[in-house]
Amino acid sequence: MFYREAGQFKTSYAADQAAFPLLEDRIGIAILLLVAVIAIPLLASNFFLNTIMIPFLIFALATIGLNILTGYCGQLSLGTGAFMGVGAYACYKLTTTFPDINIIVWILASGIFSAGIGVLFGLPSLRIKGFYLAVATLAAQFFLEWCFIRVPWLYNNNASGAIEVPTRTLAGIAITGPTADPLTRYFTVLVIVSVLTLLIGNLIRGRIGRTWMMIRDMDIAAELIGVRPLAAKLSAFAVSSFVCGVAGAMFVFLWLGAAEPSSFNIRLSFQILFMVILGGLGSMAGSFMGAAFIFILPIVIRMLPAALDLDIGAATAEQLNFMIVGALIIAILIVEPHGLARLWAVFRQKLRVWPFPY
Amino acid sequence: METLYAVLVDPFVQMASTPDFFIQVLWEGFVAGVLYALIALGFVLIFKASGVFNFAQGIMVVFAALSLVGLVELGVPAPIAFLLCLGIMLVLAIGVERLVLRPLVNQPDIILFMATIGLTFFLIGLGELIFGGEPKTMVTEALFLPTGSSVWEPAGLGPDGEPGFILFQHLDVAAAAIALALVAALGFFFSKTRIGRGLRAVADDHQAALSVGISLNQIWVIVWFAAGVVALFTGIMWGARSDVSFALEIIAFKALPVLILGGLTSIPGAIVGGLIIGIGEKLGEIYWGPLVGGGIESWFAYMIALAFLLVRPQGLFGERIIERI
Repeated sequence: MFYREAGQFKTSYAADQAAFPLLEDRIGIAILLLVAVIAIPLLASNFFLNTIMIPFLIFALATIGLNILTGYCGQLSLGTGAFMGVGAYACYKLTTTFPDINIIVWILASGIFSAGIGVLFGLPSLRIKGFYLAVATLAAQFFLEWCFIRVPWLYNNNASGAIEVPTRTLAGIAITGPTADPLTRYFTVLVIVSVLTLLIGNLIRGRIGRTWMMIRDMDIAAELIGVRPLAAKLSAFAVSSFVCGVAGAMFVFLWLGAAEPSSFNIRLSFQILFMVILGGLGSMAGSFMGAAFIFILPIVIRMLPAALDLDIGAATAEQLNFMIVGALIIAILIVEPHGLARLWAVFRQKLRVWPFPY
Repeated sequence: METLYAVLVDPFVQMASTPDFFIQVLWEGFVAGVLYALIALGFVLIFKASGVFNFAQGIMVVFAALSLVGLVELGVPAPIAFLLCLGIMLVLAIGVERLVLRPLVNQPDIILFMATIGLTFFLIGLGELIFGGEPKTMVTEALFLPTGSSVWEPAGLGPDGEPGFILFQHLDVAAAAIALALVAALGFFFSKTRIGRGLRAVADDHQAALSVGISLNQIWVIVWFAAGVVALFTGIMWGARSDVSFALEIIAFKALPVLILGGLTSIPGAIVGGLIIGIGEKLGEIYWGPLVGGGIESWFAYMIALAFLLVRPQGLFGERIIERI
């Protein structure tokens, strides 16, 4: 009734292969974009932008990055946090060495460094599979984390061992650094995330994305019908690490403002993996839903006691937070192992056939 | 040239010039390796029987040790507290089987893996809620574990032909002995008892095991309980060597390279892998670590494991991976 393909005829191949073939989908996306571009900046406070919207978008991008590797190409990775770290440190080195070039160029360029490192650590995936590979990517996580601590060159030999974001401007407006307005940073993040999402979405719908999915579904069969596993797996590692690296650079430059090596520890990797799994493996929309759920849930749980006038200590709240998040993760996996994306698909199907369920 | 010398020659010169220190390092590595092997054993037990990569093993170790110390602090005599802890691990095993494994049966591996990470979060929160976050001291004496140390001075092993000086912590000796006994007991249990045969049948083929009347649910409770017992022993040993705190959780990350090195499904693999990683890590840290600034313990084990994996993708003792279309 509200949502159906009947009557929407395609008269060209281009129309048939559009990213959003249904009019309703296009309207939905347009509304979402309008909300993001107009409604949120008008209505939201700086606090809301800073604590929820900016990190949510950045995490969503990182989730898309991991989803490429784990969801689309089937290579389980526990090193996302470190790849984000590579992006952040690369961006820091680049912008302190060449301060005159625009920071947005460097944020995107830092993804290239991350991609290189990702390919390097992706090499074992040609021989190692499944959980063995997961543990191999942990090697990347721990080794890179160690590098962030032990290689002073990476943080310009400063005494604190942390990286501080310098102020960088675009057309006279500060984008990064302490003076940057949250709204400016929000728009920067929004543009980068939207553009990359669009690009990645199309990459996945095309030939490259299909070879990734063939490798995921059955690598030997894919190899037999002419997919080169070397190219497919390494390109998945490269693109995934690129996206994660850009997300990591934004994580530090447009959200945190400063970072130390422990910002990119194994917890971050797991957090992103949770977002991928709960959002739905192999789903772009799911990446956003998973990021929103995992990122916002603990904030809500933290606010609840105050809202309900319950007096529990901060430590107790934190522990309860851990328990509730853990239990909810298990509960969601039991209810819907395919993640929030599947719930959305079910709901859409309901809309499609409403009011007649058959 | 100097770098090559520092990497390839100098460490061995150091080893040869102070053999007593070398033996000391080997011994430390051996003990650490045995304890890594114990944690890896907990993983292997569960992976073999249910195909679940149990990320919560590390936190189970902490949880078991904390329960033990917490009970003793409440005034329960240590041996009774130990038995109560076994009870707690049994309750945990039944709970996990009921609430996590049974509803998730037949899901892909990664989903089960994520569920155990969820379990990890839950146990961290629960453990801190009950026992508090501060580190505690393991009740070593009350459990009749030896303390103190003895010195062995073999002639001619020190620098310049002097008598060597090798220190053995009694606790380490006890830890190694208990670990070996535990492994032997598990080996016996697996190969000789009826339940053990059931476990191996399930490990071989779930469907076939079901069809000859082995209850999967029961087997899962048993392996999770066995892993819990292993966790309790590991927790006691690690706790006695350092403090009992949530920092111990990271030893799970130490067990992962052991696990893949030995092969995910092999008990001897866990032992051998543990020893290789334990000794390799200590040697690397002491003799090669200073060259790159130290602190390489966090990733060196992974690199050893990765190097082995490139040659044998299924680990040293893992089942051969046969791929069919």
